[in-house]
Amino acid sequence: MLTAQQTELPKTRIEPSKGWTSLNLRELWEYRELLYFFVWKDLKVRYKQTILGVTWAILQPILTMIIFSLFFGRLAKMPSDGLPYPIFNFAALVPWTFFANALVNASNSLVVNANMIKKIFFPRMTLPIATVLSGLVDFVLAFIILLAMMSYYDLTPTINIVWLPLFLLLALITSLGVSLWLSAMNVKFRDVRYTIPFLTQAWLFATPIAYSSSLLSEPWKTIYGLNPMAGVVEGFRWALLGTDTAPGPIILVSSLAALALFISGAYYFRRLEKDFADVV
Amino acid sequence: MSNPAIQIVNLSKLYHIGGPQKTYDRFGEQLADMVAAPFRRAMKLVRGKAGSASELDEELWALDDVSLEIKHGEAVGIIGRNGAGKSTLLKILSRITEPTSGYIDIYGRVGSLLEVGTGFHPELTGRENIYLNGAILGMKKAEIDRKFDEIIAFAEIDRFIDTPVKHFSSGMYVRLAFSVAAHLEPEILLVDEVLAVGDLAFQRKCLGKMDDVAHEGRTVLFVSHNMGLMQTFCTRGIYLQDGHVASDGPIGDVVDAYLKSIERNEAQNLVERTDRKGQGNVKLIDVEVISCREGASSILKTGEAVRFIFHVNNRVPGMNMNFSIYDQIGQTVMQFRTKDHSPKDIHDPGNRLTFICDVEQLFILPGRYRVDVGIVGDNRLQDYIEAAAFFNVTEGFIEGRLESHKEKFSVAIPHVWTLPANN
Repeated sequence: MLTAQQTELPKTRIEPSKGWTSLNLRELWEYRELLYFFVWKDLKVRYKQTILGVTWAILQPILTMIIFSLFFGRLAKMPSDGLPYPIFNFAALVPWTFFANALVNASNSLVVNANMIKKIFFPRMTLPIATVLSGLVDFVLAFIILLAMMSYYDLTPTINIVWLPLFLLLALITSLGVSLWLSAMNVKFRDVRYTIPFLTQAWLFATPIAYSSSLLSEPWKTIYGLNPMAGVVEGFRWALLGTDTAPGPIILVSSLAALALFISGAYYFRRLEKDFADVV
Repeated sequence: MSNPAIQIVNLSKLYHIGGPQKTYDRFGEQLADMVAAPFRRAMKLVRGKAGSASELDEELWALDDVSLEIKHGEAVGIIGRNGAGKSTLLKILSRITEPTSGYIDIYGRVGSLLEVGTGFHPELTGRENIYLNGAILGMKKAEIDRKFDEIIAFAEIDRFIDTPVKHFSSGMYVRLAFSVAAHLEPEILLVDEVLAVGDLAFQRKCLGKMDDVAHEGRTVLFVSHNMGLMQTFCTRGIYLQDGHVASDGPIGDVVDAYLKSIERNEAQNLVERTDRKGQGNVKLIDVEVISCREGASSILKTGEAVRFIFHVNNRVPGMNMNFSIYDQIGQTVMQFRTKDHSPKDIHDPGNRLTFICDVEQLFILPGRYRVDVGIVGDNRLQDYIEAAAFFNVTEGFIEGRLESHKEKFSVAIPHVWTLPANN
């Protein structure tokens, strides 16, 4: 009986990995339920012991929008592609907030869970990925506010809204790519933690959130797309508000940049992964 | 039965300590180190302090060329002192860390009780933590659903299942955590000293659970310093010493080999020990606990004659000594004192520096025991050493009755029963 059972037992080989290892996506797939539980835990725990609870998810972009509207809209009189500045700004802040939160939370995800990493085996990638995915819930809430604001400003979304999921996907891939890079790096170099507030701030201004990319002329505008978030933000505005920054070359460049970031991040993560338990 | 569950081939694990691979670096530090390292190495080479470049880092081979085969259904005890490589081996087996060279083939799912409760979130309820922890340990949701009631029942926390675990007592917390891990039902179970937690009643329950696992024909690898437990659960022992396999065989033999080496060390170190109290005009320099069976073995048996010999380095007026015996969990068993005279006590004119205590029959149950020794002289405490020696008792006969290991008990008294008639 045992022999019959034996033949069914899966064989695992444990050996030192050398250099750039494969991504081992099969294993990640096998642990999809764990990924689900991590996301679920994140959502359960995130706003525990806060007074405003989940309101924070929408308060964050709304407050930023108010500040930006005052300083850039009213005072600096930034051009906003002919749209009311608040909605012009908020349509960009919704995907941006998703990205910025993902970056901050995911880059700490491994260090915060050091205890688990040292004690139990599971694909480490599930931690940053779950953190990024759980941010989607906040995104949806903020997105509902965005729709409400649009109706307030009497803006009906154009037919281009069908492309919106693709821009969200682009934001997701960018977030995952950056998170994989930073979370893995953070295990070894705690400097990352101190760099992140600065990085998010710099990235915020390097992305057309307070202003429009129409300020730039070609070919700079296309080169600008190397910042994938530029593509995401312009895409959101185009799909929802009907700005004429049509998803031309900038989206293409952004998509390629995001993919490069994501794939390189995944390989970098895998390469460092084996030392996590010894170093973290 | 002959199929291997675990096949370890030439496994080595190298840790860099203090070398370039620090716990974690600041980037600047790393950069400076990278620049400086070649020069440092060159200097060492010039001074002739090392033969080759690879010897220059502080290196520690936690495991060094270990090859083992563990068969399906074996219960293996891994024995060794701290730092011998036991935990490293379990960490590699559970894939927490990678080996430096060599490989392991594992057949079946591995579950580990390396530390229970890791991954518990204080804000989540007992119920939620069962699912989360189960998933982290590698269980599927359906599997957890199926075992859910069993897990709660085992942990004895049914009333609090919907309370956040941050309100749990530490006992409840540990019980729940162990219960989740214990219901993982892997083909291969790794256990590392988890039984140091919880109260005695629960510990026994955990032991029972592990016993079940072992008897269901699954493979168990057990790391513990408790040799009694080892001998109860395991059939085979592996003794690791400095990353090598020092001994591998039936658990009894391996435990003996380990204990002999430990006791040898303890006897040697007694003189150098500084964790002692008292004036110090007289010092205990050696303790021997020997069986009076032929061959004067160091393996003691319940019911047999035993001799305790204490060597001291000096004599002072009015010298008295006493020693106390404690069991595995630190409970007192008995005390012997020279000042409680007996007409049978002997003063040997030829003996200057030893106290010998002969015990005609050792009325102590099988287990591991600790000896604390105190010496008084000149009306003052001269020397006191905790854990001056350890000894192990294996099962033996008292009045023709086999006295075997009894959890929580340590004394056996000769006795005779009168029973109702046999029908």
